[in-house]
Amino acid sequence: MMEESEVLFGIYCPPHPQPLLSPDASPGYAKLRQAFETCRERIEQSDADLIIVYSTTWPSIIGHQIQAHPEPEWTHVDDDFHYLGSMPYKFRMDVDFAECLRDSAKDRGLHSRTIAYEGFPIDTGSVVALKLLNPDNRIPACIVSSNMYANRSETIVLGKSIRDALSKQKKKAVVVVVSSLSNRMFTEHIDPVEDRIHSPKDDEWNRKILEFFADGRLEDLSQLSREIHGQIRVQKVVAYKPAWWMAATMGQHNNYDGEVLAYEALHGSGGAVVTLTPSSGSVGDKEFDEDDVEYYHGDRDVLNKGML
Amino acid sequence: MPKGEIVLGCLAPHPPHVVYAENPEQNEPVSEGGWETLRWGYNRLARKLKSIDYDALVIFTPHWQTYIGTHFLGLPEFKSKSVDPVFPNIFRYNYDIKVDVDLAEKMREKASEHGIITKMMRNQDFRVDYGTITSCHMLNPDWDKPIVTISSNRNAHYYSAEVMNEQAAALGRACAEAIEESGKKVVMISSHSLSHRHFVTESPLPEDMSREHIYNHSQYVWDMKLVDLMRNGKMRELIDILPEFTEQTIAETEAGGLTWMMSAMGFPEYSAEIYGYQSVIGTGNLVAAWDPNGVTREIVL
Ligand SMILES: [Fe+2]
Repeated sequence: MMEESEVLFGIYCPPHPQPLLSPDASPGYAKLRQAFETCRERIEQSDADLIIVYSTTWPSIIGHQIQAHPEPEWTHVDDDFHYLGSMPYKFRMDVDFAECLRDSAKDRGLHSRTIAYEGFPIDTGSVVALKLLNPDNRIPACIVSSNMYANRSETIVLGKSIRDALSKQKKKAVVVVVSSLSNRMFTEHIDPVEDRIHSPKDDEWNRKILEFFADGRLEDLSQLSREIHGQIRVQKVVAYKPAWWMAATMGQHNNYDGEVLAYEALHGSGGAVVTLTPSSGSVGDKEFDEDDVEYYHGDRDVLNKGML
Repeated sequence: MPKGEIVLGCLAPHPPHVVYAENPEQNEPVSEGGWETLRWGYNRLARKLKSIDYDALVIFTPHWQTYIGTHFLGLPEFKSKSVDPVFPNIFRYNYDIKVDVDLAEKMREKASEHGIITKMMRNQDFRVDYGTITSCHMLNPDWDKPIVTISSNRNAHYYSAEVMNEQAAALGRACAEAIEESGKKVVMISSHSLSHRHFVTESPLPEDMSREHIYNHSQYVWDMKLVDLMRNGKMRELIDILPEFTEQTIAETEAGGLTWMMSAMGFPEYSAEIYGYQSVIGTGNLVAAWDPNGVTREIVL
């Protein structure tokens, strides 16, 4: 029996600022921009109460941080792409939801806190996504951080706590995952017109992932996360977490209509704009043995056990 | 024009906690103190700096992370508020920083000649990272000298800790050449912790020192191994084992700062001045300095 979904649809989009700041610098960036526009229109046509953003460019250390300033306002500049220009922003956050999510996360064993400080540096990925997807702040948003030490259990439990909060507040959401596919960029400055995926291997993996997305196989992607991390992710963090978070938040199954709106290179990395809409009728032929997890128990404290 | 020189090298960790604990007027949150071993060490090193004649502070920071080359602050003044993205509850610092743009450009030029990809950062809205601000505030709370901030290219992520070591050493050599040609007296700052595993929870009062300790004993043992090598003037050996140290303790040396500074200073064979070691939210932090002048060099601790 399928539960009524509180998530209307999901968007997977890249964190790089080019689609916002220099969409005309290359045909690829323009296509990504167009795909963002399509998503914006779909959000406008939906009856979503809020947009929930999980951004891989907002790392946290102290548990899971949730943006809860009612109207965060600043001018953001990217560490690498500062020469493309500044990103002034003013967003509208759903503070009630942020507080409810903090409590829901705590109820599932996670350390979590809301963040509401003037001048807090909202990350490039979140700024790009919210400016392009929700330019007039028609719908309030919620941004959650990506804990740099968190692995599968913690990320899945975080996703489930978002479902809890949505159902407690009886709100309907569009969820946005801000992440590249392959994330290796060129290490020199390039002419945007000559941008391409860093290697054929990265390109091949990206296309395989996009096939899964197009088939709506979100849970399969979630289960492939460790493999994806090893194959095409620069080892900045412990794991590739976006698919875990997206599946746990949207529902851990393959019943989605997937649509790949664009796939282009962003300074060598794989930038894709994808939508996933809950549907019926599953695809896929896989079962997995990594257990589902409902509650986060923290470190297992292995170092302090045994005969050490 | 006389040749420029490096008059001091400082290892200056930047947990924002130490600024929070000092309660300077620039920082909004107010604390009851904390982390005295580190702060008092910093205070003493800051007094030493007051007695040294120098023109600029050059700092290499892990918290301006660039993947496309090494970037240099390239405008004369930055004035804004820095809010730590990880610890916003304790660090919201109003800064007004002067930059030695000439020196920055010279370093960029030399680095480029050495085959390093470089970029000047000339966007006035750019926010200076909290690593730069914390280390510079603790070393020079009067902010009466210009700085040069150098970003950390993430070679350790893209390649390996070994490649990072080589690249950072090359950057160090280029910066040393630039300093020499500039005719300026420069203090170098390598801004980072040693072992770098954090606790992922925080006590209700962050400065509650009854809760502070190193994350685990192996981190501590590694940190002490490095301190020993520093005391014994074995900086070449230390840099040689740095990739392993970095991997074992997920150390913040991964950004390349210490290698950069030691390479620029010619891998000192004299003792480092040790000012203090303390854990901050589980990470290992050491304040130390390398004084090339044998007359003023001290045994501090
Ligand atoms: Fe740091």
